[in-house]
Formats: sequence, C-alpha cells, structure tokens
Amino acid sequence: MDNAAAIGTTAAHGHAHEHAHHELGFWRKYVFSLDHKVIGIQYTLTGLLFLFFGFVLMMIMRWQLAYPMSPVPIIGGLLGTANAPGGIMLPEFYNQLGAMHGTIMVFLGVVPLAVGGFGNFVMPLQIGAPDMAFPKLNMMSYWVYFVGGVTMLASFFVTGGAANSGWTSYAPLAVTALGNGQTMWLIGMVFLITSSLLGSVNFIVTIVQLRAPGLTWMRLPFFVWAQLVTAFLLLLAFPPLEAAGVLQLMDRVAGTSFFMPSGLVVGGERLEISGGGNPLLWQHLFWFLAHPEVYVLILPALGIVGEIIANNTRKPLWGYRALVYSVIFLGFMSFIVWAHHMFMTGMGTTISAFFQTTTMIISIPSVVILTALLLSLWGGSIRFSTPMHFALAFLPMFGIGGLTGLPLGLAPTDIHLHDTYYVIGHFHYVVAPGTIFALFAGIYYWFPKATGRMMNDLLGRIHFWGSFICINIVFMPMFIQGLGGMNRRLYDGGAQYAHNAELLHWNVVIGMAAWTLALFQLPFIYNFFTSIRNGKPADRNPWDATTLEWTAPSPPGHGNFETTPVVYRGAYEYSMPGAPKDFTPQTEPERR
Amino acid sequence: MHSNAAEVQQHIRTYAMIGGALLVATAITVAVSYVHLGTAGNITLALVIATIKASLVAAIFMHLNHEKAWIYGSLVLTAVFFAAVLLLPVLAGSNTFGTHAAPWAMPAAAADHAGH
Amino acid sequence: MDMNIPYTAEARPDTGLTNGKLGIWLFLASEVMLFGALFSTYLILRVGSPVWPHGTLNVPLGTINTVLLISSSVTMVLAWAALKMNQFSRHRTYLIATVVLALLFLVNKFFEYREHLAHGTPPSASTFDAIYFTLTGLHGLHILGGVIVMVYFLGPGAALWRKNPEQFANRIEYTGLYWHFVDLVWIFLFPVLYLL
Repeated sequence: MDNAAAIGTTAAHGHAHEHAHHELGFWRKYVFSLDHKVIGIQYTLTGLLFLFFGFVLMMIMRWQLAYPMSPVPIIGGLLGTANAPGGIMLPEFYNQLGAMHGTIMVFLGVVPLAVGGFGNFVMPLQIGAPDMAFPKLNMMSYWVYFVGGVTMLASFFVTGGAANSGWTSYAPLAVTALGNGQTMWLIGMVFLITSSLLGSVNFIVTIVQLRAPGLTWMRLPFFVWAQLVTAFLLLLAFPPLEAAGVLQLMDRVAGTSFFMPSGLVVGGERLEISGGGNPLLWQHLFWFLAHPEVYVLILPALGIVGEIIANNTRKPLWGYRALVYSVIFLGFMSFIVWAHHMFMTGMGTTISAFFQTTTMIISIPSVVILTALLLSLWGGSIRFSTPMHFALAFLPMFGIGGLTGLPLGLAPTDIHLHDTYYVIGHFHYVVAPGTIFALFAGIYYWFPKATGRMMNDLLGRIHFWGSFICINIVFMPMFIQGLGGMNRRLYDGGAQYAHNAELLHWNVVIGMAAWTLALFQLPFIYNFFTSIRNGKPADRNPWDATTLEWTAPSPPGHGNFETTPVVYRGAYEYSMPGAPKDFTPQTEPERR
Repeated sequence: MHSNAAEVQQHIRTYAMIGGALLVATAITVAVSYVHLGTAGNITLALVIATIKASLVAAIFMHLNHEKAWIYGSLVLTAVFFAAVLLLPVLAGSNTFGTHAAPWAMPAAAADHAGH
Repeated sequence: MDMNIPYTAEARPDTGLTNGKLGIWLFLASEVMLFGALFSTYLILRVGSPVWPHGTLNVPLGTINTVLLISSSVTMVLAWAALKMNQFSRHRTYLIATVVLALLFLVNKFFEYREHLAHGTPPSASTFDAIYFTLTGLHGLHILGGVIVMVYFLGPGAALWRKNPEQFANRIEYTGLYWHFVDLVWIFLFPVLYLL
C-alpha cells in the first residue's frame, strides 16, 4: 500500500505521482476520493439529506399555521423550552424554521443535488472525459460545502437559535438580530459560496477542455449546456453575495454601518453606531446573486428533463438550437433583472421600468425552452417509464410557476402581491413540482448508471402519483391566499388580520397535504436504498439511450471509459430514417 | 502562448519599460490629485489614468494582448456584469440621495448638501 | 489513483488553452465581481452621504505601497520569463524579490492601520473608515494569499520543476496572473480611497 500519511493530506498536496494502479484504502476510495463519480454521489446523498431536513422544518411550521398556538404533536417536547414551551412554538422559533427552511432547501439541498450531484456524476461521462479537470479542487468543493452545511445545522444550537430573519437576511433586522445564529448563517454562507465558486471553475474548464474527440458544441447534450450556463451564473453572481456577507458580518461583529441607517432605534434605545449606511445596499447585493440563483435552481432541471424526454419519446429534441441559444440568453438576462424583488423599495420610475422590461424579456427564452420541450412530445413514441412520469409532470408545473411570475415582474401588480403567499406559491411551483420533480426524474433515470441496478417501478409510480397530487394541493391554495392579501412570514398564519379570516382554513388543507406528501416520500427512500442491493440488474444502456454515459459500464470504473470515446453524431439520434435500431449512439460511426 | 524562449527574451525589455511607465503614471496620479479640477474633473482624470495603468498591466504583464477567445469572451461578460453591479444600485437610489427621503443620510443635513 | 487528465501541460488545439490557464482566468473573473461589489458599496455609501472625508489617509505611505506593488508585478513576470528561458536560479531570485516586496507592502499596511486606529477611527467610526478597512483589508488578504502560494513554489512546490518543467512554468504563470490582478485592484484602490 502507499505511504500516504494522514487522511486527506496526500490528496491536498502536490500533484499525482505516476503510481501503478493499486487498491486505495477505504478513506481514499469512499470519503476523500478524487473521483467525480464518488464526489457526485457524496453531493447527492448529502443534498438529499438536507432536502429531507428542510422538508421536516416545513412540516413543523405547517402545524403552527394549521393549528396556531397548539402544541406540536409527537416532537413538541423535543423542541426545547427555549423554542416551544409546552410544545407551542414561539414566534422567534417559527421564524428560525422559516429562515432555515429556505436557506437549507436552496443552498444545501437543491443546488448541491442538481449541480454537485448530477453535474458531477453525469457531465464528465456525457462529454467522454475521464474525470473533471481539477479532481482535487472537486473534492475540496464538496468538503467545504459539508463544513458550510454543518455550520448551518449547528446554528440551531447556539445562543438565540438559528438565523430568523428570512433566508434573505435583510438589514437592519438581520444585523440587529440577537444571538449568534445570524452570524453563523453568514459564516456558513461564506463556506457555501466558496464551494460553489471552486466548483463552477471546475465545471466550465471541464466542459470547454475535456470534451471527447468529435464532440463539437452543437453535439453536446442539452444537459451539458444547461450545466455550463449554470456554472457561469454561479461564478459571476455569487461573489457579490460573498462580499455582502462579509459586510454584514462586520456590521454585526465589528460595529460598522454598511447597512445601518442613521438614527436607528431598537428596543427603545438609539443604537451606538456611526450610521450612514444603506439597507438597500444589502438588498441589491443579495438579489444580484439570488436572482441568478433561481436560474441555477431551474437550469439543471431543464437539462435533465430534456434528456429524459428525448429518450422516452424515441425522437430528437425539438428545436435543439433554439434550446441552446435560449439557455445562453436566459443566463445572460438573469443578471440584470434582480431589482424586480425590490419594486417596493422606493426606486424611481425609470429604473423600475428598466427592471420590469428586462424581467418581461427574460420570460421569452423560458417560454421558448418550455415550448421546445412540449413540442418534443409531438409525434413521439412515448414510453411511460418512471423518469418520464416526473419529466412530463414537470412541464405543466413549470408552466404554472413561470406564468404566475409574470404579475410579480410588473410593478403595478407586484404592489398587491409582494410578500404575500402568492409569491410563495409562485416560486414553490417552479422549485418543488418543478425542479425537485426533475431531480427525482434524474435519480430514477441515472440510478442504473451509478449502481448497475434499476429502481423499482411500482414504488416509483406510487411515489410519483402521491407526490404529484399532494404537492398541487399544498401550493395551489397559496395563490388564493396571496390574492386575498395574506402576508408571508406570519407565525400565526395570518390570523391576526381580519382580511385573512376567509383564507385561514386553507392552512389546514395545505398542512394535511404537506404531511401526506411526506408519507409518499417513504416509498422513494425505501426504493432508493434497497434497489442498490436488490434492484433488477442493469447493463450499460438499460434505457437504449444515445448519449455517451450509456456507453460506459454501469457503474463506470476508474477513468470511466475503456478507451476514449470518439463522437460522430449529435446527442439525440433517435428513430433516424434508415438506422437499424430506433436509437443511434453518439459513438456510432457514419455508415458507409 | 509563450512557449518560445527567444520570444520571451525579447519581451523582457518590454516588461521593464512598462514597469517604468507605471511608476511614472503613479507619480502623475499623485501630482495631479493636488490640482483642483472640480470634483468630477479630478475623479475622471484619476480613473482615466488608473484605467490606462490597468490596461498596461492586463495587456502586457497578463498577456491579454494575445489571448484566446474563451478568455476574452469570459472577461467581456464579466465586464458587463461588473458595470451592472457597480451602477444599477446607485441608479436605483439616485432619486433619493441628498434628499430627506434617504433616511441614512447623516443628520447633519441642512438644505445645502456638500455632496457629490 | 491519478487520472490522466489531458491538457494540463499542453494546450488543447481548438481552444488554444491549458486547463489551468482557463481556470485561473475564470477565478479572476469571479474576483472582479467580488471587488466590483465592494466598489459598488463604496459608490453607494459615498454618493448617499452629504460629507465624505478627504485627505485623512497617509498619501506618501500609499504611494510607496503602490510603487512596491508595481515593482513586484515586474519581478513576478520576470520570475516567469526566467523559467521560460530555463534560468531556474534567476527565476528564484525574482520570485523571492516579489515575496519581499509584498511583505514590505504588508508591513506598511500594518503601520498605516495602526496610525488610523490611533486616530480613533476604527471601521465602526464612519462608513468611510468601514469601507477603507474592508477594501484594503480584503486586498491585503489577497496579497497574503499570493505570498503563501509563492512561498510554496519556492519550497516544496519547486520539486515539480525537475519532474515536469513545462507544468511548473505554467503554474508560475498562473500565480503571476493572480498577482497582476491583485496589483490591478490596487491601481484603482489607491486613487479612489487615498486621493479622491
């Protein structure tokens, strides 16, 4: 065996020595691996765990909203008297649950799964590469994410509990928040952002430099294009939030006034600070990232759905070029729409008009992409596999999510809808039955590649139908509540306002649906873990797919491909006239 | 890319000369800052000189004068977004700066603000 | 365990790039956005304030630091050029010179901060002090990071020269790119904070 000293240090030091291939110990093989497949699985498992945890937080919140001021059943006693004396949660704790639900789902769950998990595992295989361009950087990205995640979780246990000023951490509320939770949130964010930045460099260099011979840009799977644009979003949009995080840390810890206005009175006392700061500055820097972030949430999902639709309609994607140009244009526009989250901050009409315009324009590529995916179904020979169920459902769900965004992007209507449950309905439709369904689709689809076994179909159908029905019952009523004027982030579900009286009963419906939704995840969890050992064995290409990952063994070994693939054709040659089979892999040479 | 030792040898003199130019430009920057050209004038001049210096560093020291398309493309994209994050927030608040509508202005506000 | 990743030392023909060259430029692009956000902060705070201090910073010290940093950029590019001409010991001389100049910069910074704090103007004293300390502090941390990398390449990292001189030269080039960027930020920081 090799003489590597401490765990991990060998991985961190100098460059690879030309060893003859030898067996790695447990730690180097499964924990501190440099292999993108292992790292991808690490991201996937960690991301799924955080997704589950964030979901649990919401289920607890939903109890308070459905039955305000009544003790939380089963776990009420476990929450602690600081958070929920007698099992009845305090408003401060409700706010912690809310802020951390959002933070965990977005930064610790969905993005690590969509980008760190799927991007890492699938993308190098789809481009015919042996690994990522910078394997050590890749490993570091995962562990920095892990540390950020632990920091976030630990914040529940510090003085004052976790951050409770929303996932948006607006100043001056977040700056003046008591305890250490918000400070830990900021520190955690610095880790998470660093992880993302390192990862995005890796993704872009890998896609640009390590494409297999013959894999020209217009032969790339749409999934890879989506990951490329996503990586650019992460690379260029995250740094301003990292800067802002440092500034808010300084406001909290060093007494600076970057975001603190003059003359601020808190708890009846004037604050002893210099003042002169600008709370809107935080909003600008935050949303400069957070808007592109929502495209980070959706783009990998669109990529996954594209792959699965082409494969399960046995025909090429409709409008491949339109898809590619749209996703690039979408990525670009996403950087210049952010202040549509700030229409209520008193900005002038000119600048408001600018952001409304860019926001309306950005809906165009979104619609083009959705339309192309829908048109891809036309004339297809549709195979209703489990991944296809989720991919098909994604389409109308994303449609609803996208369309409901339009009144939010126009200032006159946003005045009525801002900070109401309408907003919550809108973005959850895009992320929950949108992105998360696409991620489920991707798990069912690529599970055989990662494990060499298929997941169980029956359990998959139960998972799908139960989730699909419940998730719509959870989020559709929120549009009704929002249009009725029910504000978000109210710990009593809005009961204190007379105008909400007719809307409160929906909270019971939503709660029931949410808890049922949780139950329907059990077949998935069971399926996921038992199929690793007991699933039906899968060969290289159980789906009869065309892209490069399906030419490698299931699971692929060290270096992925026995010989470097050579690509001769585009990514979606399904049912090509004159071809012997209804699919022609990208590596199939031209027939003479 | 520089792979040729002879090519690199020729550039050594250039590096030293650009270095000298940068030092001269620094002296000019400092000297000029004591000349009163009005706020806008001073700012413009300082930033113009800084931009020239930065361009020299980028073009000659960082070899950007003969880089590849992917690098140029990424940098152009970055420049656009840099401009966005620099200017749009200020423009969004510009209708309130120097007025009483901006609560974060120092309370020393009288009718006349010696602002910029 | 090691993978044969192509284009680590030689350029990929169609892009003309090595992985590391593209990687470092992308990283620098993200750094442009990082400092961009801080310059945006400066702009908003200054434009929104009726008064803004002028002439409270130590211009001579700042000028000296500018000279030090520009000089270090020259020595850095010469350190790389020496490698391309196979002059390893000359490379080390220039790299050490770069480190020395950088450390002098940091020492000056230390005195400057001490002076500033002694005047009773810590970051919490005003938004000007806050942004001054933050901008120069973050920049200083970047200088420190660069020094650490250079010391690594003077120390254990230098072993790569024997094994793969082309790749070692590339790594020094990437370090140089980072270093020039740090110099570039200062070229803007200095007039903006000290002179305007």
